[in-house]
Amino acid sequence: MTLDLLPIGQNARIVAVAWNELVQEEAQRLRALGIDEGAKVAISHRGVFGGRDPLAVSVGRMIVAVRRAHAAAMEVEVL
Amino acid sequence: MSRQRKIALVGNPNAGKSALFNALTGARQKIANYPGVTVERKAGRFVLPTGEPVEMTDLPGAYSLEATSPDEEVTSKVIRGQFAGESAPDALVVVLDASNLEQHLVFAQEILALGKPTVIALNMVDLAQRDGLVLDPALLEQELGVRVVPTVAVRGRGLAELAEAIASAETRLPGPGITDLSLIERRVAAHAMAEGAILSETRRHRLHARLDRVLLNPWAGPVILAAFLFVVFQAVFAWATPFADALEGGVGWLTALSIEFLPTGLGRDLLTEGILGGVGSVVVFLPQIVILFAFILAMEASGYMARAAFLMDRMMAHVGLSGRSFIPLLSSFACAIPGIMATRAISDPRDRLTTILIAPLMTCSARLPVYAVIIAAFIPRQTVGWGVGLQGLVLFALYVAGVLGAMIVALVLRRSVTKGAASGFIMELPKYQLPRLKDMAIGLWQRAWIFLRRAGTIIFTVTVVLWVMLNFPQARPGESQVDVSIAGRVANGLAVVVEPIGFNRDMALALIPAMAAREVAVSSLATTYAVDATDEEQQAVELGDQLKARWTLPMALAFLAWFVFAPQCMSTIAVARRETNGWKWPTFMLVYLFAMAYAAAGLTYWAAVAAGL
Repeated sequence: MTLDLLPIGQNARIVAVAWNELVQEEAQRLRALGIDEGAKVAISHRGVFGGRDPLAVSVGRMIVAVRRAHAAAMEVEVL
Repeated sequence: MSRQRKIALVGNPNAGKSALFNALTGARQKIANYPGVTVERKAGRFVLPTGEPVEMTDLPGAYSLEATSPDEEVTSKVIRGQFAGESAPDALVVVLDASNLEQHLVFAQEILALGKPTVIALNMVDLAQRDGLVLDPALLEQELGVRVVPTVAVRGRGLAELAEAIASAETRLPGPGITDLSLIERRVAAHAMAEGAILSETRRHRLHARLDRVLLNPWAGPVILAAFLFVVFQAVFAWATPFADALEGGVGWLTALSIEFLPTGLGRDLLTEGILGGVGSVVVFLPQIVILFAFILAMEASGYMARAAFLMDRMMAHVGLSGRSFIPLLSSFACAIPGIMATRAISDPRDRLTTILIAPLMTCSARLPVYAVIIAAFIPRQTVGWGVGLQGLVLFALYVAGVLGAMIVALVLRRSVTKGAASGFIMELPKYQLPRLKDMAIGLWQRAWIFLRRAGTIIFTVTVVLWVMLNFPQARPGESQVDVSIAGRVANGLAVVVEPIGFNRDMALALIPAMAAREVAVSSLATTYAVDATDEEQQAVELGDQLKARWTLPMALAFLAWFVFAPQCMSTIAVARRETNGWKWPTFMLVYLFAMAYAAAGLTYWAAVAAGL
């Protein structure tokens, strides 16, 4: 399953990231924020009006907003 | 003379660097907690306990030395001594958010690996305690090999210890052992260190999670944001009225006093018509500007601004931008200059250029005096139901018109001149914090002072020059003073150009000095009508009543439409030139904004005439 499909509140771990699908600077920024292989994540909020974009991902003690396109590049395993 | 040594503050965004910088240097700057607020170089003087004065700089927040935005690039280059015209700092203070160590320690290790004299400020320990975290700084000290000082910048706690640590850090280098690690290795190490330093942790239901559940709710969130913004604009009009009335009364009293006690002549006319009439008519808008800035500062300081960016991202994505552009654009409602400067936090260059180009379409506070005077004169003070005033509604509509215009322009630009792949949106949502009254007061005072200084310098000069141009040459009896004056003749020439969009000579006259600063349009009109007045009784008539007597409703609406789009401020053009490194984009901006203003004013005028208004 990819991160964008993860139900809200479900804990998961990122097992693989298709970095080549992301813009290089964005990939770098995601890694700097701790959104990387091995990170424990959960989706805490989704975008407006039933929309699925953007996503608020909780990672560590932070909440980070990302686009669905970023999350779709990340394979997660449910914990 | 020996060179003054330099200390730089570095850290992740939202570590409380700016607050610490303020507490240490006493210098005042904007404190907010959305990522990327510190886009300017901020420097202040700081005296070490040894008595040595040093220069302290506050570097933009960064997540890594590998820069992903213009902001981070500044930090990375300055720290490594690669920034042109800026010598490398002699010592570094790494600022960490105590409640988010596992993240902030990653960057800290990267900094420590540089081998510079370094001290760590374990900041916001009070907030960590609020979240139920008890930390042991001594353990961190052991692991990192440098002094770790717990601080609470906003309360001034730990500052003396930090100063002492900075003074002694100069003589030692951090120990080896954490150089040449990969990002993953650093992250693992950060996690271990954070775990080790946490003595106890009680899982509390954190406040911000509960707030987010409401404020980021996919349905309630946007409604709350829209309602909040609407309240802001209503408040700007309603709450400011008593203060504005008092100021207006004061100006009127001074005018009456001057007329009564000063001898008749050009000197008295300059004072009453030029200075009091012109500058006075702008100063009365101070309360509205202060209220608008109060809301923006509170949004930034509370952490809600980043949530607003989250909520707006979807809409911004439709026009090819991201939620990140929302922050500069919202700041542009106060003033386009800080707005354009805040675009430095946008990593994508095309995104950033588009945001710069549309920032002037956000209704800045300088346009408020123009809107306010015209609305007060032409829109009846009545309610349209539910306590919503018609005047406030019109004001809101003008703001919306600017926003819609900006969205359309962004859409067109992203498909033409700034074409490229759609940009992403990656942004930390900081913890909620109660804005501190003291910081708010300082921020507001700075804004009010900038406004008054503008009134005292640019607006004063322009008004006086205009008054002179309106009074010379002097009219013979039976002639209209404005018609024969230099300014009147220039305006008559311009009037031909703006006649098709419904503008009269006086409006054309107001447009010229308004190039310097938009609010001058109001003072120009006031000065023109004061000069034109044939007797003192007529001169004392308020500007609003003057306008009502001389303009039709379609003219007034066209004038408002013009100001929604017109590029009427030199400083904005200048800052756009600086931020885009050339005249190409500012020129483009100027041309497209004038074209839009002309078209909008014309359409409004003819539509209103056709509607029989």
